[in-house]
Amino acid sequence: MTTFGVLTVALLVTLAASLFLGSNPVSPATVLQALLDPATDTEAIVWGSRVPRTVLGLLVGTALGMAGTVMQGQTGNPLADPGLFGVSAGASLAVVLGVFVLHVNSLGLTLALSLVGAVIASVVVFGVAALGRDLASPVPLAIAGTAVSALLGAVTSFLVLNDAETLEAYRIWVVGSLSGRSLAEVGPVVLLLAGGLVCALVNARSLNNLALGSEMARGLGESLTRARLVGLGAITFLTAGAVALAGPIGFIGLTAPHVGRALVGGDHYRLLPASALVGAVTLLACDVVGRLIGGQAEVAVGVVLAVLGGVAFVVIVRRAKLAVL
Amino acid sequence: MNPALHAEDLTLGYDRTVVLDHLDLAIESGTVTTLIGANGCGKSTLLKAFGRLLAPTAGTVRLDGTPLSALSTREIARRLAVLPQRPLTPAATSVRDLVMRGRHPHQSLLRPWTPGDADKVAAAMSATGVADIAHRDVNELSGGQLQRAWIALVLAQETSTILLDEPTTFLDLAHQLDVLRLVRTINAERGSTIVMVLHDLSLAARFSDRLVVLHDGGVLADGGPWDVLTPGVLRVAFGLDADVIPDPRTGTPLVVPLEPSPPAAPAEARADELQTVA
Amino acid sequence: MTVTLAVLLAAGFVFTAGIAAGSANLGLLDVLGTLAGAGTRASEFIVYELRLPRAAAGLAVGLCLGLAGALTQTFSRNPLATPDILGVTSGASAGAVTAIVLGGGGYSVGASLLGFGIPVVATVGGLAAAAAVYGLAWKGGVDSYRIVLIGIGVTASLGGLTSYLVVRAQLTQATAATQWLVGSLSGVSWASVWPMVAALVVVAPIALAQSGPLGISQLGDDVAVGLGVPLQRHRLVVIAAAVLLTAAAVSAAGPVEFVAFVAPQVARRLAGAGRPPLLASALVGAVLVLIADVVARTAFTGEIPVGILTAIIGAPYLIWLLIHRKGGTL
Repeated sequence: MTTFGVLTVALLVTLAASLFLGSNPVSPATVLQALLDPATDTEAIVWGSRVPRTVLGLLVGTALGMAGTVMQGQTGNPLADPGLFGVSAGASLAVVLGVFVLHVNSLGLTLALSLVGAVIASVVVFGVAALGRDLASPVPLAIAGTAVSALLGAVTSFLVLNDAETLEAYRIWVVGSLSGRSLAEVGPVVLLLAGGLVCALVNARSLNNLALGSEMARGLGESLTRARLVGLGAITFLTAGAVALAGPIGFIGLTAPHVGRALVGGDHYRLLPASALVGAVTLLACDVVGRLIGGQAEVAVGVVLAVLGGVAFVVIVRRAKLAVL
Repeated sequence: MNPALHAEDLTLGYDRTVVLDHLDLAIESGTVTTLIGANGCGKSTLLKAFGRLLAPTAGTVRLDGTPLSALSTREIARRLAVLPQRPLTPAATSVRDLVMRGRHPHQSLLRPWTPGDADKVAAAMSATGVADIAHRDVNELSGGQLQRAWIALVLAQETSTILLDEPTTFLDLAHQLDVLRLVRTINAERGSTIVMVLHDLSLAARFSDRLVVLHDGGVLADGGPWDVLTPGVLRVAFGLDADVIPDPRTGTPLVVPLEPSPPAAPAEARADELQTVA
Repeated sequence: MTVTLAVLLAAGFVFTAGIAAGSANLGLLDVLGTLAGAGTRASEFIVYELRLPRAAAGLAVGLCLGLAGALTQTFSRNPLATPDILGVTSGASAGAVTAIVLGGGGYSVGASLLGFGIPVVATVGGLAAAAAVYGLAWKGGVDSYRIVLIGIGVTASLGGLTSYLVVRAQLTQATAATQWLVGSLSGVSWASVWPMVAALVVVAPIALAQSGPLGISQLGDDVAVGLGVPLQRHRLVVIAAAVLLTAAAVSAAGPVEFVAFVAPQVARRLAGAGRPPLLASALVGAVLVLIADVVARTAFTGEIPVGILTAIIGAPYLIWLLIHRKGGTL
């Protein structure tokens, strides 16, 4: 079976697991019946909880896997995660401001805020790097991104530490979780993610060219500014959407591309879908584990992901032949 | 007919240093031209300007008569290919994947990958002799194989003009000859115009129609190998004392560097010698 | 060299100014006089018991993190690699947060009974995590790329553990933990300064002696071996030095954010060098932490953790340098 076949099967298995397993034990037959006929879903466990978080896991995992791949391809740096251009930090700060200053409770507004924060942060980072020198070298982008992220993070910490109520909300949000969302709320974000997805796929060929060095890329007729802008769009839309839906989950974007490269190689036409699949499978699997180990008090997916994903990643790195970027 | 490449009153530099000053140079189409000169004379800089990788401080570069600045970067890429001195070798990529990237300028969202592209990639790989290693990871190739893969990428680009910056660096003599013979074949079979930078003067002479020696911000000598590679030119351009003799096999000039004259012998010894002679 | 001297002078000035600044006002001359032994009893108390330990801690934290950051960025040839990547910070954080949450530490960590316990737990956690990263990265030798990736994995696991504890804790403990995680100098005393001084005295000379081999290893592993650098030993020394310095600083003040990343980058740009100069990076780190601490103590009514201000002051400065100065790679 091809790598993509295996990944697709893995995705189907985790999707099924996410629908059929949970902290509330419901028999598989009941779940199946509820899926086929929503009217029988009396306690709203299936349509109220399992289905939304399964959809959410699929979307967020895909988005982060792709965003991470674009980010590492753009910067040529294996340590780059989707939050590197300040997107996650900007979204976090905007959300904290919303809670702290505006006392926002609606998800729609939180969403809008995190998008605005993400876009502003990434535009600032891009602007700083572009003002400094040409965009041929990715290093200024990475450094500017780290600096802006740290700055935004510091402001966030300041707000959080000054107000117990904000900390209370923030410490739970910041870990990242797939629970407590309804399908209706997911709707608008799908558009955003779709935009990011298109940008990422359009960027695939440019990423392949950038991997040959900026001179070779230009020799092949690549416009560096356009390639960077499209990539930035992909990263911003995908990451902002993911953060808005599930909080700043960082680990998948960083590691899914490494796993993808080990599986299908460095060609971005294959790497982008592979990393997306790896991201979705990982996130869904970790969410299921989090539901099962915590009993009634579930463990947030961000925690499971970091702990288990970290261990798994160490194992993979020890086994794989390293593909140096 | 317009020259393939034409530098008009071209001034090039980095920041405030001027490397080439008001240079005029026309490259006839269908020829192999090699830029030579001492390190830092501006060979690679000129090649970068020909390939629009470096914007001129002043003056114009024309490609088939049209200024580069009037063409989009993609239009240029369909007519002119550049192989930089040190491209990055991408992670986890097969030879075929690498060569396929040469088709980029011919593709767009509306015109994605076609069987025609696949044929051109296959032709480029067989022309450069990398077809049988098409599925190997480029990171595992020997220097000679990797260089051939890069040239295959440039060939797959199907341009009438090809710029090669030191294509023989890091190769052993046999592989240097290999690559340069390949360049000649490409020129003969496809009629491509080729401009390259080389360090080995005798090889440059053997494989080029025309040599251009750059020195002191301008062209010092320009013409056929025998016109250019004279002891006088070599002394000025490289500070090198050399004999130039015909290559016994090809008849092209062969540069034989001379050892600096030995230090004067002690007076006594010389006296002895004189006595013997007497 | 001139850059190093200038930064050294700046560090000296900020250090003295840091002792002078505070709610009980002392002039710069009073401070220098008291340090020279000509102070009043009141000024001696303020300087020796209140201000000096704190300024010394700021100085030492900055030196440790700046130097550790320069070492890590250079050996990994990656500007994004901070000592955090070696697992030491996340290990220390997991240890400290465990102590705070499970040990029931009070609001102010320094004042609590665990004030002594937390640094110890943090040090142990940091060193254990770093040892784990090094051990897991070993595969007939340690490759600078593999150790960074392993570090990412271990850091993520420990970070997950830490967030879990923060989420599950009582709000007061969560606040204490969050505060510790930002990094603060508010609880420091002479007892927290000495381990850092010890680390600096022992480790810094060894680290500075690695400057030559570090420069050579920039040229690639093969060139380094060819030039006679004992690569694995050199790498172990550099990593161990970075880990010990970071562990000392983090156990005293928490993971003061951003210093280990920004100080080497700023030093590199000031010096116009191809890679971070070790000594200058340490000094830039010290200047940054000291300035941040002065602002933290004086500019606001309630004290702000120094870790927030290091980022708020350091990040814009680095951005300014990025715009106005050319930077090469790394």
